[in-house]
Amino acid sequence: MTLKATPLNAAHRALGARMVDFGGWDMPVNYGSQIEEHHAVRSDAGMFDVAHMCVVDIEGTDVRGFLRRLLANNVDKLQASGKALYSCMLNPEGGVIDDLIVYFFTENWFRLVVNAGTAEKDVAWMQAKSDEWQAGLTIKQRRDNPANAMALVAVQGPNARARVWELIPQAKEATAEMKPFNVAIVKDTAFGEAMVARTGYTGEDGFEIGVAATQAEALWNALAAAGVKPAGLGARDTLRLEAGMNLYGQDMDDSVNPLDAGLAWTIDLVSERDFVGKAALQAKGQNAQFVGLILREKGGVLRAHQKVIAADGSTGEITSGTFSPTMQQAIALARVPMGVQLGDTVHVEIRDKKLAATVVKLPFVRNGKILVA
Amino acid sequence: MSNIPAELKYTASHEWIRKEDDGTITVGITEFAQDALGDIVFVELPKVGNSYTAGDDAAVVESVKAASDIYAPVSGEVVAVNDAVAGSPEAINANAYDAWLFKMKPANAAAIDALLDADAYGKNTAS
Repeated sequence: MTLKATPLNAAHRALGARMVDFGGWDMPVNYGSQIEEHHAVRSDAGMFDVAHMCVVDIEGTDVRGFLRRLLANNVDKLQASGKALYSCMLNPEGGVIDDLIVYFFTENWFRLVVNAGTAEKDVAWMQAKSDEWQAGLTIKQRRDNPANAMALVAVQGPNARARVWELIPQAKEATAEMKPFNVAIVKDTAFGEAMVARTGYTGEDGFEIGVAATQAEALWNALAAAGVKPAGLGARDTLRLEAGMNLYGQDMDDSVNPLDAGLAWTIDLVSERDFVGKAALQAKGQNAQFVGLILREKGGVLRAHQKVIAADGSTGEITSGTFSPTMQQAIALARVPMGVQLGDTVHVEIRDKKLAATVVKLPFVRNGKILVA
Repeated sequence: MSNIPAELKYTASHEWIRKEDDGTITVGITEFAQDALGDIVFVELPKVGNSYTAGDDAAVVESVKAASDIYAPVSGEVVAVNDAVAGSPEAINANAYDAWLFKMKPANAAAIDALLDADAYGKNTAS
């Protein structure tokens, strides 16, 4: 099967990127050193091609009513135009179909950004629900049709916004006072109309910028010329892991209860509102907790699927692990039994050894600062 | 095309092997291997005195991205390990042919000649 390519594929190759098959997409894993790219984002500004992710526009007479039933987080938190919300979309069994960001523009138009590998499944699910509930909505993915395709570039780091403003002066006016988790549509930029969202997946300040796919390469090259360092999926993974952010397909999926994946804060079980998966989650409750681990002994790197053994012999599992470039230690996200306390020492099976690790509250790192000891 | 010194021997699993004058061999991972692994952050070396059969796991090299087993290229006994590289694993990224991992005394010296030469290994890594 031939791999899918984003509009930035040629730009990555020109930069000498090491390319990998990422869920069927030909994507850059690094442009030399993953660790240098990581540090660039923590200390200055880096950028990621996230055009494999998919913009989905939902339009119609009562989009809010539809999303109230579709999503586990409550879209009624979105009252001002331009506000964004992170949410899971659940199946009736309470498993996670996808995690996404929903942007509110008008009562007739909400925008979702969903994961690359799940986009087709997501759109089919949304369309089926719109049909079933007779919502009569238009659900339009904005990635695969060249006529209306958008491409997303994430610019992240303490200097990310300033670099973007130098390049897109119109964006400064629209976003200088904009709080995190908000979005502005900026017209007539050098790259056409741009969606500028103060969101990201690194634990740093910055923007995710959406432009017409035909403008993506010009935007990328201009950002690079402005000193924004290209960063690959490798750095994206270490950054999000330090930031304690879940990765779909690894930390949770269709079969995982989001309450056991550290996502209780995104699941609205308080309001009267019914949504797909709510009854299942109420019946199941929370059965595990999602924590951070820091490896305390030499002997390897924490990795997904390693077994975690608590002091009482009960066991859990690492869902994501890596070597943290910021902390210079192996760290992990793990699902552990409810009895485990923050600060506890647990043991992780790495090859033939059982190595001590400390249980910590997530995140590990935010805005360039280490938050755990 | 990555750097493949002509004077060394190689395995298909990307170890390099240097024959020493004292009859031992020195083992490391190739430039191609370090490049594929990315930033290396942990090295686990065998114990001096351990004996291995060709193809056994003898060491582990972990990058930020993944863990990779390093195999004994021939049967024999480990006679030395490079503790310096365990202390600074990034040395492998900096110079893969300088940052050796361990030395072995081969059970059968002829087994070394059966390993890949630079040409054969180069064909193996051509993409």
